[in-house]
Amino acid sequence: MSETATAPHRALGLTDAEYELIVDKLGRAPNAVELSMFSLMWSEHCAYKHSKQLLRQLPTEGPYLLMGPGENAGAVDVGDGLAIAFKVESHNHPSAVEPFQGAATGVGGILRDVFAVGARPIAVLDSLRFGELDSARSRYLLEHAVAGIGHYGNSIGVPTIGGELYFEGPYEQNCLVNAMALGIAEHDRLTRSAATGPGNALVLFGALTGRDGIGGASVLASAELGEGDADKRPTVQIGDPFAEKKLMECSLELLDRELLVSLQDLGAAGLTSSSSEMASKGGLGLDIHVDRVPLREPGMEPFEIMVSESQERMLCVVEPVCVDEVLAVCAKWETTATVIGEVTDSGRLRVLSDGDVVGDMPVEALVDDCPLYDLAPEKPSAPIYPAPVRTLPPAADADPRAILPALLRSANVADRSPVFEQYDCLVQSRTVRRPDDADAAVLMLPATSTADGTHPAIAVSIDGSGRRVACDPYRGTVEAVLECAANLACVGAEPLGLTNCLNFGNPEKPHIAWQLGESVRGMADACRALDVPVVGGNVSLYNEGPEGPIYPTPVVGMVGRLPDAARAGRLGFAVEGDAIAFAGPFQPSLPGSELAKLRGEPLPDGLPEVDVAVVRKAQEVVRDAVRRGEIRSAHDVAEGGLAVALAECCLGGGHGATVDFRGASAEGERLLETLFGEGAGGFVLSGPRPALAALARQLQLTFVGEVAGSGDALTLALDDDARLSWPLAELRAARARGLADALDS
Amino acid sequence: MRFGVLRFPGTCDEVDAQLACERVGEATILWHGDRDLQGVDAVVVPGGFSYGDYLRVGAIARFAPIMESVIQFAREGGPVLGICNGFQVLCEAGLLPGALLPNRTLRFVCRQVDLVVEHADTVFTNACEQGERLSIPAKHTTGCWYAPHELHERVEANGQVLLRYAPGENFNGSLADVAGVRNEAGNVFGLMPHPEHAVDPLTGSVDGLKLFQSIANHVGAHV
Repeated sequence: MSETATAPHRALGLTDAEYELIVDKLGRAPNAVELSMFSLMWSEHCAYKHSKQLLRQLPTEGPYLLMGPGENAGAVDVGDGLAIAFKVESHNHPSAVEPFQGAATGVGGILRDVFAVGARPIAVLDSLRFGELDSARSRYLLEHAVAGIGHYGNSIGVPTIGGELYFEGPYEQNCLVNAMALGIAEHDRLTRSAATGPGNALVLFGALTGRDGIGGASVLASAELGEGDADKRPTVQIGDPFAEKKLMECSLELLDRELLVSLQDLGAAGLTSSSSEMASKGGLGLDIHVDRVPLREPGMEPFEIMVSESQERMLCVVEPVCVDEVLAVCAKWETTATVIGEVTDSGRLRVLSDGDVVGDMPVEALVDDCPLYDLAPEKPSAPIYPAPVRTLPPAADADPRAILPALLRSANVADRSPVFEQYDCLVQSRTVRRPDDADAAVLMLPATSTADGTHPAIAVSIDGSGRRVACDPYRGTVEAVLECAANLACVGAEPLGLTNCLNFGNPEKPHIAWQLGESVRGMADACRALDVPVVGGNVSLYNEGPEGPIYPTPVVGMVGRLPDAARAGRLGFAVEGDAIAFAGPFQPSLPGSELAKLRGEPLPDGLPEVDVAVVRKAQEVVRDAVRRGEIRSAHDVAEGGLAVALAECCLGGGHGATVDFRGASAEGERLLETLFGEGAGGFVLSGPRPALAALARQLQLTFVGEVAGSGDALTLALDDDARLSWPLAELRAARARGLADALDS
Repeated sequence: MRFGVLRFPGTCDEVDAQLACERVGEATILWHGDRDLQGVDAVVVPGGFSYGDYLRVGAIARFAPIMESVIQFAREGGPVLGICNGFQVLCEAGLLPGALLPNRTLRFVCRQVDLVVEHADTVFTNACEQGERLSIPAKHTTGCWYAPHELHERVEANGQVLLRYAPGENFNGSLADVAGVRNEAGNVFGLMPHPEHAVDPLTGSVDGLKLFQSIANHVGAHV
């Protein structure tokens, strides 16, 4: 065995060329402390070395943008001097190895990102992907990830107000757990993380530092999953929401009292990443005395202290005159706080232990000098993913009467409440639309801003269908952005900004590089077409198991504003006798749809083109109608097509409906395409006929039926006097059991 | 009148409770480490996860310095309302009968539930009608009320059960559908559902406001 094959840098995930570059930057070989710090800062997770160049395509400017990418979270202006800070982040590999703690600390980490910028966390959403529910592993991951999210979010007093959940074979080994958090702050309270003022003190506060999570960013997050992952369980951190609750209240009080120069959370790569990022942004240096760091166990090596990913810790820069008051506030919140170093003008990160220098590196080399890699994208010549396993009995293939209940029962469409009920969606008294009430969650802004009796509110939605993106990375991603914007339109909200989490496989493989490039291009084009900037986000690569890569999954979280919470839209049919209309430039197609999946059809190569400008116009018309209070329900057409959307409107409001599909071809694939085909740009609206008729002048709109009574069925009239009819109880029962059965098994 | 709302480390719903109290009176947050109740007319022990719910729900909060004063206040007849974790704390403190056990499903559940008012002639329910149904959300992991047979019989005989889950609404497995119970003297009341999350039509229901209004009515009549 050659000497380089056993070299420590390889075990830490660095290539030989990267190691040579480190030697070059230091002018000498790094010692063990320095090597472990470089290996983390130069990991994909911290340095974005395979994605940074692509991400430059994304628009990051917009009229409402207050803080863009680069800070712990981005922020947009929501009026009245208030800002909403938000970000989505992945915790995929930890959750695949240990779902409860992996998901819990994912929530903890994203909450710290939000209060690190000075915003009080007001909401969490989560985006989850697992393998099919007939797999015991998927049911195990689902149950424990959901419990972990609830455990952390519920006990810290931040409501979990929404999210999305899909089950697909390619996530079997490598599940996805993305968590998004939102916080509220006055504009001038937004806090940055740059260290300034040489001589200022560096204070570490929060939990003690232990040996948990060592190497999480490099060994776990930046490599494919495979054999022996159980051995990586020690790299997963353990969450303590009670410690974080105190840390959050403590941080917010420190900021209220204006005691901090800057604030940063400790996440991946712990003290190494947080300190070097702070120093880099301030263009300064830091001295860190590792012997002053309060430890959970004695005898930790300096490198372990520098790379530990122990949770619930924050780092702040404090003027010497304020240090005593900072320590007093921390003591009030029973939070350990220690001065562990100081800001210097050296431009170097120095690690000292009992006065000896044990590490000394240029900050720039750690943060900025990691080589960026060009991708070698190549569209695959053969399908990457096997066709989904058929679950619909072949006899039902062409039978719409049987297909609708089958779709409602399927894991991707079934009632989400068995999951959402495990989350507190109410704490903080802002929740105007709970999960299931509407297409997007709606939160009231503080009542101080209501001079005219209206209640300004924000809306938020998170979405991203990996299967659609696998069919067509460019158009699938455009659809995901449009879907989020459509969800906001249905409650009457105008989009202000978005955050994304790009979950992909190994970018060093040409077909994954192609998916990633096409997806980012689609996101950039959709954002520009909607004038919505990207305020920040996260990239999670190497999401592959022994069976292959996950579906490419760009998750989009979008935040919007509406002028009056009292008029926030709902999805359910509300009043018997209301007219029902289909609106928008919707062109349904079956390939890549939920029905195609149930029928076990292979993924198509490509999705139909979408005219984003026309979809945007339709969304604006729907949004304005909701805002005027003219229509009583709005729901966008997504998984399962029009028929599923109609069933959801019926069940959401507890009303039946009679809908006319005459002229849509009474039989065969054309009828199925009309009923169950998918695509962007479609809405189901209900309300008084004159109000809907007025909208028809501004967008494509067809009157199709009438809302019936609560005891009535969903009935579709077809050509030749044929009818399809489902009692609501049958639809409700089908939709209720899909997830509940999996969770109770 | 003025309410005092306790804040322990880990309390989550204290601001919600304060906002609810302020719809019928004034409200002050009281810190767990203090002993001074600041002359408030009624005390609310709010929901959340005091001390992380570590050891056992409510078991550590019961020993907080402020609780010494709350126990004294209760013995002197002052109105004390415990919501969710506050209910658990008051049971741990011996101010209310019974105990809260983990939900039947062992899972956290957040759900809007219907409650039935059993007695409307009390400090906490005088703004309600006897038999009235209230729609109030509940959210907890440990909300299954339990009492040994003899204690339960005594509680029922004394008319101490003020709120029950309506038929089909008892998701946590509470004995005899008990959702909220008072002490023998009638001045301490605890319930698992969250009335402070049912005070604004924009966020769902206003039925919970009646409990706060009841306390204000009571204090107003006894000043």
